[in-house]
Amino acid sequence: MGSEITYAIAAGVLGGGVYALMAAGLTLVFGVLDIINVAQGILVVLGAYLSYVLYRHLHINLFVGLLITVPAMFGIGVVIYWLFIRPLRGSERTSMTLLACFAVALIIEGVLYREFGSNYVSINAPVTSASVHVLGIYLPDIYLYGFGLAVLTIVALYLMLYRTGFGRSVRATMQNQTAARLIGIDVTRVSALTFGIGTGVTAIGGMVYGSISGGFTPNSGYDLISRLLAIVILAGLGSIGGALAAAVFMTTAEALVDIWQPTWAVAVFYLAMIIILAVRPSGLFGRRAVRAQ
Amino acid sequence: MTAQRTLRAAGLVVLLAVVAVFPLVFTNPTATLFAIDTLIFVIVASAWNMFSGFSGYLSLGHAVFYGTGAYFMAVAANDWHMNGSAAFELLPLAGLVAALIAVPVGLIALRVRRHTFVVITIAFFFIAQLAASNLSVTGGSSGLILPSPPFASATFNNPFYYLAAVLAVLTVALAWLVRRSRYGLQLRAIRDDEDRAAGLGVRTMPVKLSALVLSAFITGMAGALWVYFIGTAYPMFVFDPLFDLAVVLMAFFGGLGTIAGPVLGALVLEPAQQWLTLQTTGYESEILFGALFLVIILFLPRGVLPTAAEYLTKGRAVLARRRERPPGQSPSELAESRGGSSRS
Repeated sequence: MGSEITYAIAAGVLGGGVYALMAAGLTLVFGVLDIINVAQGILVVLGAYLSYVLYRHLHINLFVGLLITVPAMFGIGVVIYWLFIRPLRGSERTSMTLLACFAVALIIEGVLYREFGSNYVSINAPVTSASVHVLGIYLPDIYLYGFGLAVLTIVALYLMLYRTGFGRSVRATMQNQTAARLIGIDVTRVSALTFGIGTGVTAIGGMVYGSISGGFTPNSGYDLISRLLAIVILAGLGSIGGALAAAVFMTTAEALVDIWQPTWAVAVFYLAMIIILAVRPSGLFGRRAVRAQ
Repeated sequence: MTAQRTLRAAGLVVLLAVVAVFPLVFTNPTATLFAIDTLIFVIVASAWNMFSGFSGYLSLGHAVFYGTGAYFMAVAANDWHMNGSAAFELLPLAGLVAALIAVPVGLIALRVRRHTFVVITIAFFFIAQLAASNLSVTGGSSGLILPSPPFASATFNNPFYYLAAVLAVLTVALAWLVRRSRYGLQLRAIRDDEDRAAGLGVRTMPVKLSALVLSAFITGMAGALWVYFIGTAYPMFVFDPLFDLAVVLMAFFGGLGTIAGPVLGALVLEPAQQWLTLQTTGYESEILFGALFLVIILFLPRGVLPTAAEYLTKGRAVLARRRERPPGQSPSELAESRGGSSRS
């Protein structure tokens, strides 16, 4: 029993890092563009399939493959923004962009079904089956690598946001789009790149997700997006640090509940979200707190 | 204007007549099946619009109420051994159960606005789906089978058809009444600027919540009717994310917040989708559905009816201006007359 709990906590924290990365992309896009990309879940699955194809059919190492999949997902993100999000304006923009993302998700899901069918596939790389022995438990290597990769990417995102000129434009756009435009920031360009970055991280998230989950189908996108939405809402929309904390908290809680209640474990996500919202509608790390950083 | 009103009334009478005689002309069960599906979507799209279209709170979780009504029907018809026309008496009860579910959902979700509201409705949808797949009362993922109605096979679909038609007419009439009323005005004030509406004395929470509950009541009845018609309840079909999307698409297609818009959307899109599903494999129809959705959002963002109405008004204005301006009128006089008309 003791080792079970240790394992659940370890897997929860390490897996939480990966969810944090996916959620960071979601919440960054929300902060800058004021849209919720409900396609994030299926984009992660798309990233997982890309890694799967590269590894299984072209025999490219999973981590080397990221050099291909990250730019590819970035490009897909920019294209989605340019074609479907940028043209939407006016008073109904909020709901329109959300629906447009949903429609994009449907198309991607349909294409994935066409290409890969509805059977579960899994990335069976050596790194996913090897494990290390720590604290009396055997932890699959991929958890450690995935967590490390996620942390590195989040740190890179932070450095980009707070140490570069582009990051300054992004933050300015987050704070006030009109003012940002007035001081000469190309808001459309910033938005396109941000959407690309938010989508690009799904390549990394997808590779790790595809490796740590027992298997995935195009339908996995729904499960992912419902978790990601719960994380970003719990954290408070627009807060990257909050998303990190919320993701780790949620996945750990889920892993612990999973020990004695496997069927209802995923409900922990929604219950936590609903309880928090009933008490604090702006989420744990509401938008204003983030803006003040 | 009176000519237009007469025309509109005549159109309505013709539409009602077509609805009334449809199953007598098209006796093919596939045709009536499509028609029943379409009518159910007329009901749900109008009910959805009555809440989301009027109040601006976009719900992507109406499948929760639809599914609650459906599962109540499935369980009650089995447990209480109700079948045939007696089972139809369960419909208002199913609506009531869905309305009861809507109260806590609304109390939590309506505290937040915009994106967060939409996301929370999605979350409630996933909770409902999870519950339906795991609870014993819903039969879990193996689903429930309803008693098969003792109707003659040749006219099996007709009772369902007429019930759906009556519900559809009542729902649209109710939407019309709500829109004309002070209550409807309050809802639209909330849509335009909730804080200002509250400042002007609209009790926003009771107004929003009651609209959601009313909408859920109708949606629950529609779900119950539908599940009794198809005879089986599986979690994946009863709680289907595509259902929510289809309903929203219909309302957007016709015109969000209008009365005829969701009706038009359902009448056009549901048969189109059924036809697409017949013509293609499941995945292709999903891709086409997504593409259609994008086309509508990008090119008809305010819906067919408002766009058409705008063109009509523009055309009329051009005609009126031509008529107004006799050949020798000076530009300054013209500007004056225009300024006067815009102020009135």
